[in-house]
Amino acid sequence: MALETTEIQERLIENFGSKISNFDQSKDIFTFEVDSDINTAVILFLKNDSIFRFHFLTDLCGIHYPDNEENRQFAVVYHLHNWYENKRIRIKSFLNGSNPEIKSLSNIFLSANWMERETYDFFGINFTGHPQLKRILNMDEMISFPMRKEFPMEDSGRTDKDDRYFGRTTTNQPIVK
Amino acid sequence: MSELLLPPEHRYAKIIKERHNEDGSELSILNLGPTHPATHGIFQNILLMDGERILEAEPTIGYIHRAFEKIAENRPFYQITPLTDRMNYCSSPINNMGWWMTIEKTLGIEVPKRAQYLRVIVMELARISDHLICNSILGVDTGAYTGFLYVMQFREKIYEIYEEICGARLTTNMGRMGGFERDWSPEAFRKLDAFLEEFPAVWKEFENLFVRNRIFIDRTVNVGAITAEKALAYGFTGPNLRAAGVDYDVRVAQPYSSYEDFDFIVPVGKSGDTYDRFCVRNAEVWESLSIIRQALNKMPEGNDYHADVPEYYLPPKEDVYNSMESLIYHFKIVMGEVPVPVGEVYHPVEGANGEIGFYLVTDGSRTPYRLHFRRPCFIFYQAYPEMIKGAMLSDAIVILSSLNVIAGELDA
Repeated sequence: MALETTEIQERLIENFGSKISNFDQSKDIFTFEVDSDINTAVILFLKNDSIFRFHFLTDLCGIHYPDNEENRQFAVVYHLHNWYENKRIRIKSFLNGSNPEIKSLSNIFLSANWMERETYDFFGINFTGHPQLKRILNMDEMISFPMRKEFPMEDSGRTDKDDRYFGRTTTNQPIVK
Repeated sequence: MSELLLPPEHRYAKIIKERHNEDGSELSILNLGPTHPATHGIFQNILLMDGERILEAEPTIGYIHRAFEKIAENRPFYQITPLTDRMNYCSSPINNMGWWMTIEKTLGIEVPKRAQYLRVIVMELARISDHLICNSILGVDTGAYTGFLYVMQFREKIYEIYEEICGARLTTNMGRMGGFERDWSPEAFRKLDAFLEEFPAVWKEFENLFVRNRIFIDRTVNVGAITAEKALAYGFTGPNLRAAGVDYDVRVAQPYSSYEDFDFIVPVGKSGDTYDRFCVRNAEVWESLSIIRQALNKMPEGNDYHADVPEYYLPPKEDVYNSMESLIYHFKIVMGEVPVPVGEVYHPVEGANGEIGFYLVTDGSRTPYRLHFRRPCFIFYQAYPEMIKGAMLSDAIVILSSLNVIAGELDA
């Protein structure tokens, strides 16, 4: 493989300095973090640079980390792929928990359009500059963002799935609903 | 009429009001879908039409969204395969195997060669059944029903092989961490041999029906063409991208499950139109048949069908009843007390319609912290409005079926 991870790391630090951090090659795909305010600049550089040529956006998704500190409660994860050298990288941008906002990639990759809409739909991450940021898989009337960890999987008012009916709890309290 | 379909403030309603054709004709709105026999799945497109010609399209998706990613966060790893079945249900074994390989990558499980070859066989069978459906349905949409009915019986034969392997037909839930749940029966191999014996002649006949067929060529050549640059920008993968002339195939770029042991070519098209997509799929079926034959010939001796990982692989039932160790493993696996390393992996496999990726984030608990499915349909379907712009309505149907968009995968 011609494109070495150390080369990527050095070249990125050379161009963006400390805004790129936490390089990790321990498992699977070379991963690093990018400050959320320069995500488009870094990805555009990775795409158009004559050495990097990460020309394909494989995947874009969000992750919710409610237990992290305020400024790192959401992450947007980009998977880029260079087919010439067959090299994949993963880029993470952490966002603020109460106001998750990041610049849209839809001008760089056409395919980012729906992937960002999906991420908005499920996590409520606001992609600024997106041409049509609205829900895509869920109905428009929905008010919450279902992939956030605090969103319950099931209706909490359900009474037919009480653990005590299945002997899964040791306490012998009377069932009061 | 159009007021009934759309609210007056809709973009199209405004365009219709403002546009005045010289001959006095009006633009119209057509609501294609969500349920229509010609769309083969639940796809809604609001079309702005000038006569028979499509000026603009607005797709709505999500009609069968089942929140698989959310459900997966609440399921132990071995209960997630049934979810992957229901994504691309035309080729569920590929999804199943892709998911198992993702976990194996996380856990660092080495699968025995024979199990890997068995996986290759079943994945290629799935690819054949998927392409067979896609191409024959494309035939139906251009008016040739016979070919569809003719090759459909061979999908049935493939499903019978699945049945011998795992007991299920459509939503297969096949395999376990580290291999298969049971060894393939002699009957499975007999059915596979019979399939390899009978199918090529039929597929050749099917090919002859279409490839030089004047009506089919007229309906498909230069219909829904997309350039390689556009296709890349829209995130195309799989046969749709190869039809545009880019030879990217995950099986070659990042071989998994011993694909590097087999000789096969990656068929590519040129113009990226419907006809090329048909031909690429058609050629891929021949390559898949060849891969299956090679795998059968090279099949290692012995009867390994799973890796030796007692912490993750359910022991046979008779051992659970008769030996303490197996009972403990059984209990620990079912109750989810097996350790899972913390980390993140992304595993791509070449699905029947593109690169299916599994992005798995684990936090050491029994369920994924986050599981994201890269669904190829979801990504390339956004090019559909652009592909049908300026086409006739009947072409829109043909383009949709030639893209092989599967509603279950689109909506996950």
